[in-house]
Amino acid sequence: MRRWLPFPVISAMLLGTWLLLNESLSTGQLLLGGILAVAGSWILVRLEAPSLLFRRLRVILRLGLEVIVDMARSNYRVARLIIRDKPDRTPGFVRIQLKVRSHYSLALLACIVTATPGTSWVAYEPANNVLIIHVLDLVDDDDWGEIIRVRYEGLLKEIFE
Amino acid sequence: MSTIENLPLWAAILISALLVIGSSLALIGSIGLLRFKTFYERVHAPTLGTTMGLFTILAASMLYFSLAQTRPVVHEILIGIFVTTTTPITFMFLVQATLYRDRFEGGDPLAGLSEEQPQVKTPNDP
Repeated sequence: MRRWLPFPVISAMLLGTWLLLNESLSTGQLLLGGILAVAGSWILVRLEAPSLLFRRLRVILRLGLEVIVDMARSNYRVARLIIRDKPDRTPGFVRIQLKVRSHYSLALLACIVTATPGTSWVAYEPANNVLIIHVLDLVDDDDWGEIIRVRYEGLLKEIFE
Repeated sequence: MSTIENLPLWAAILISALLVIGSSLALIGSIGLLRFKTFYERVHAPTLGTTMGLFTILAASMLYFSLAQTRPVVHEILIGIFVTTTTPITFMFLVQATLYRDRFEGGDPLAGLSEEQPQVKTPNDP
């Protein structure tokens, strides 16, 4: 099993992607998609990717829902900022001490930070596990470190680590 | 396969609303790109189009083609996934390039950045 399917989750995703792309469940497409899925996971072995294991599906769904809500909210906020263009806006950089370390957590966190307008990923220091983000409007004393830690980090840790 | 005239009214209204919301977000994002002054602020503006704007337009597309072809059409989800997972890479490259240039020109924007307070810190350990 390990030898033939080193990355079962990623293989399943590849197969799902292939079938969605072709909008078909025919034997031919299943076979082609299967070959692609297995070959893809072998390439990942060559790339020495860390193994991926999803712990809890429910946590993933919760994280997804939370991100969608935050995305909608921050879209509205940034759109309002652009239209009004208030002069007392204070953009700035924020340093955040992270607890998660795995590649997959960081990758997903990068997607989340980018998917919420108003925050963008600037730099990550692997030595001391510090993330620097840029915030479009530092409202009052919104503690961004706390926001990232409370909203996402706990869930990410539960999923990947 | 039916044409656009055969769409039920509720669907036509919903689809047009989603399209208008999506394209307005993309437009507002482009206006922001013009209005903001520094590069780091400007990076935020186009994300309106690549997040909510993209998703409302994809939802409209899924709804329209599912109704028009009377079968579920959901492969637009893939566009959403691919765009969401690849935009951070582009953005990181852009920001890193700008940071590099700023540092090269002697004005590191991160230089005076205050250290965030560590979570657990015992002051003056004996």
